[in-house]
Amino acid sequence: MPEVRIASGNELVAEAALAAGCRFYAGYPITPSSEIPERLSKRLPELGGVFMQFEDEIASVIAAIGASYAGYKAMTASSGPGISLKQEGIGLACMMELPLVIVNVMRGGPSTGLPTRVSQADYMQARWGTHGDHLIITVAPATLLECYTETVRAFNLAEKYRAPVFILSDATLSHLHGRVELPAAASFEIIERRQPSVAPEDYYPYDVDRFGPIPPLPNRDNFPRYRFHMTGLNKDKGGFPTENPTVVNADERRMVAKIMDDRKAIDSCEYYRLDDAQVAVVAYGSNATAARVAVNDARQRGIKAGLFRPITVWPFPEAQVRELAGRVPKILVTEMNLGQMVYEVERAARGQAEIITVLQAAGTPIRPAQILQQIQVAAGKVVGDSIRREVLV
Amino acid sequence: MSVDYSKYLRNEKLPLSWCPGCGTGIVLKALLIAIDELGWKKDDIVMVSGIGCAARGAGYVDFHTFHTLHGRAVPAATAIKMCHPHLHVIVFSGDGDMMAIGGNHFIHGCRRNVDVTLIVVDNWIYGMTGGQYSPLTPTGSKASTMPRGNIDPTFDVVELARGAGATFVARGSVAEPVLLKTYIKKGLAHAGTSVIDALSNCHVQFGHRNKLNDPVKLVHHIKDSTVRRSAMAKMKPEELAGKLATGIFVEDTSKKEYTRAYRELVKMAQNPG
Repeated sequence: MPEVRIASGNELVAEAALAAGCRFYAGYPITPSSEIPERLSKRLPELGGVFMQFEDEIASVIAAIGASYAGYKAMTASSGPGISLKQEGIGLACMMELPLVIVNVMRGGPSTGLPTRVSQADYMQARWGTHGDHLIITVAPATLLECYTETVRAFNLAEKYRAPVFILSDATLSHLHGRVELPAAASFEIIERRQPSVAPEDYYPYDVDRFGPIPPLPNRDNFPRYRFHMTGLNKDKGGFPTENPTVVNADERRMVAKIMDDRKAIDSCEYYRLDDAQVAVVAYGSNATAARVAVNDARQRGIKAGLFRPITVWPFPEAQVRELAGRVPKILVTEMNLGQMVYEVERAARGQAEIITVLQAAGTPIRPAQILQQIQVAAGKVVGDSIRREVLV
Repeated sequence: MSVDYSKYLRNEKLPLSWCPGCGTGIVLKALLIAIDELGWKKDDIVMVSGIGCAARGAGYVDFHTFHTLHGRAVPAATAIKMCHPHLHVIVFSGDGDMMAIGGNHFIHGCRRNVDVTLIVVDNWIYGMTGGQYSPLTPTGSKASTMPRGNIDPTFDVVELARGAGATFVARGSVAEPVLLKTYIKKGLAHAGTSVIDALSNCHVQFGHRNKLNDPVKLVHHIKDSTVRRSAMAKMKPEELAGKLATGIFVEDTSKKEYTRAYRELVKMAQNPG
């Protein structure tokens, strides 16, 4: 029997984190993410885990990274301004190659923006927010159930690839309450970080020659007997600073390649009514719910519309979009921002399809009718504004 | 009875990157002797640092070592201690790192009273980046970003730590390394947040702008600038003017150590009612 819950998106993220084995959370209060720490402050002590509210966002991400180094599955959550503050720390997790899950419950911006209102304006920030070359796997749940399942997957990806993973939620999803049938714990895989089988004196945390591109990392039980060094500096196999150009270049490339070379295991996309589609809507997160309604409404009006929904939004599913653009003449990208993912869609489509947009940065959800209107225009069914890119600065 | 340092060092990483005569090595040596005297095992020690000259110390010692971001050693150390309360966690970093960019984490670390030892290698300057003034650069001294003399008032690390709630606070200096070792040892053994303000010489970046560009000269200057707390009572106010007191200032066992408080919270959560 599946467990049935009435819960919000934030609560489901918190519960899923625990189910995935998270036993350390550090955070700082910020709307609209606060239900995540509130739930975990109650639940983690019950499970013998550590919950801490720190003095600021920076301390929170660093503490989670410290816990990950110490072998714990760790998470921090925040929203736009807090994520901006955490970005240097997120880069540290990239460089140290420490598993970490970071939840960004997106709200408007820039700056304080609209703290209680919805946005998807941190899409590019997830990919490019910290400095230096890097790649952060990012998942974007669209439903309450996915708040649960994608959080479990985020932990699995973090542990498997020894890397930070973003969950891009949003204010709508986070505060949406609904009935969810949770998958039984036995029905999903929980990935643990690979453990070193070598003696402690033979273990080096970045020994790729010996272990392959993702070396093992001691868990909480093994941590005390494996002594090693980690630094935010470019490092050698032992974790010590190096300026050797060959070593640095190879390491920089490997940190991206360990993700890009295993795309098949990381990519996740939904194809909805796309087999015969003439208009493909591309949407993610809570906005995909509006897009789905619009697609169904368009179908009822005889328009062959479909929905392409990236769930793993970074790395961007460019092969999938390229294939789509090769067979669907019009692609409609909709986002609650001034146009961010559309750049990726255009890049992937390589001019094969006409790209149009429905964009909004108003702090309010995009309505299905807005998307339907543009689908109808794209399909030539109504005379509307000429099809054009709305706002792309 | 000499201590075999080599067993605590990653000998293959030597020589140290610090300038010849740098005081950081003396502080590190005092720490290693203190550890040796306490008989701690290497597997049980975690050294965490931020960024800067002193912070590089973590790379040289054969413990669990974690070289984090500028100013961020304290939250990392706090987390590691919370995850493994039986391990000994030490922060080893400079005055710029811990008092400026890491100042907020420093005071909140002291407030929580997690059993972590914070060693501030206090050389009054940003050494690695080229001698810019720190919150500990004495007023009037020159720095690369205060070429006409520093107009900033300084922090008093001891008073700051005390005010923030640290339960062991001491100040020593490289001019009196045996005493410094004693303070560090007591700090390490103390169950709670312990702070050791370790005055140290940077004759290269601080000294050469302040007519103290020789390690011996600067160590003498540090010695002349400090006075033992025990001797202060007998001194006149004019003799004390401009001097920093050394010694143990706070040794308080009444405040609950944080990992203990958290263990009690877990017990409460697991056995409601």
